[in-house]
Amino acid sequence: MTPEDSKYAKSHEYVHMDGDVGTIGITDYAQKELGDVVFVELPQPGTQLEADNEMGSIESVKAVSELFAPVSGEVLEVNDLLRDKPELVNTDPYGDGWMIKVRLADPSEYDELMDAQEYEDYIQTESH
Amino acid sequence: MKKTPLNALEHELGGKMIDFGGWELPVQFSGILEEHEAVRTAAGLFDVSHMGEITVKGPDALELLQKSTCNDVSKLEDGRAQYNGLLYPTAGFVDDILIYRMGADDYFVVVNAANQDKDFEWLADVAKTMDVEVKNEGPNYAQLALQGPNAQRILQPLVDVDLSAIKYYRFTRGHVDGVPAIISRTGYTGEDGFELYIAPSESQRIFRKLIETGEVKPCGLGARDTLRLEAKMALYGNDIDQTTTPLEADLGWIVKLDKGDFYGRDVLERENAEGPRRKLVGFEMVDRGIARHGYPVVDGGEEIGVVTSGTHSPTLKKPIGLAYLPLEKSAPGTEFMVLIRGRETRARVVPTPFYKRRK
Repeated sequence: MTPEDSKYAKSHEYVHMDGDVGTIGITDYAQKELGDVVFVELPQPGTQLEADNEMGSIESVKAVSELFAPVSGEVLEVNDLLRDKPELVNTDPYGDGWMIKVRLADPSEYDELMDAQEYEDYIQTESH
Repeated sequence: MKKTPLNALEHELGGKMIDFGGWELPVQFSGILEEHEAVRTAAGLFDVSHMGEITVKGPDALELLQKSTCNDVSKLEDGRAQYNGLLYPTAGFVDDILIYRMGADDYFVVVNAANQDKDFEWLADVAKTMDVEVKNEGPNYAQLALQGPNAQRILQPLVDVDLSAIKYYRFTRGHVDGVPAIISRTGYTGEDGFELYIAPSESQRIFRKLIETGEVKPCGLGARDTLRLEAKMALYGNDIDQTTTPLEADLGWIVKLDKGDFYGRDVLERENAEGPRRKLVGFEMVDRGIARHGYPVVDGGEEIGVVTSGTHSPTLKKPIGLAYLPLEKSAPGTEFMVLIRGRETRARVVPTPFYKRRK
């Protein structure tokens, strides 16, 4: 189920906060919608992200989808495991399938994201 | 949306349904990679009932098919099937089709779902001055494709004919679990297998029976696309259409210029003599990325070609695709640039098919 300790964007990315650093990936719902992930393109460390702007792309066997930055900030770290094992996004989206770590520029952007319950309600309406 | 007779069963089996040219069909059940591998190593079952069937019968049946296609239909014998191109006078494809010869003046033509009405109208139009009856029989057939190296062993106990006697691109009439069927050793996966044409009312039962052997995985359109692309089988609407000729599409083996007159022959004769101006080639990526349908091929900022199909190859575990390139840039080994979301990304022409099964 959707982890309670993270917050969620309408474009199906999650942010898990640890101090002022947010770990970002895509939700379990999103990975199921995409199907088998074969390639993830992510921003380099040092990149300044702006909330709601495209930050990369994710290729499944059947299609490509854009990744959007759920919050603004500087990219500190990229999950190198995904280079050789993009399927981690499918098998462990909230764990080893994380994508980037970002130092948030504006913590209020995090507060504005949906909590787990709101996100579950949101995907209910979106999938019907 | 239109539904095949298997629609309810596909929902029951957990199929993830999508709109495919106006048909509600499963893109996947368990996952594209898993389904793909099942077909390459064991067996998978596809509902392809959306495909159209047109019968051509009468004294001028052969003449009609010879006039409207580029392959030599007179080479067919009873019980044989042929891949062919239904062409406009421009040599562009109306459709790519399978023709089954049931008898000397009796042919069964299998066409792409989205082209069914267009093909029927075109054939009926060409037939106007001929003594031949063209009928759209699509709604009277469900089509199941059982594909994979284990297909024959799994299907044999359910049928009343000797499957080992049916060679590739041949067919017979028989029964599948008591249901009258056209049983054809054909497919769209590059693997051994059979296509079964049966009554729609019996199709759910037969599909279920095959799945319940426990040896067959239900498969969706996603795996069908990765399988056919590895085998370099053309997809109408992606790789070929009314603007592409069979010679451009690297389908010279279905062009028989010496068979007599047919629509598009003069164009193909010229292309054959001078070389087509562009050619459909297979490619792999040199840089990271997946080039997909519609992505432009560029050279010095100028668009010189286009990607028609592209995906991650589950068998080769790398991105592959097909693209139209100018003839002079189409030799294997040639590198070119594909524009992937605004970025020039290197690709290389490779020999095809990408995958060939061991016989």
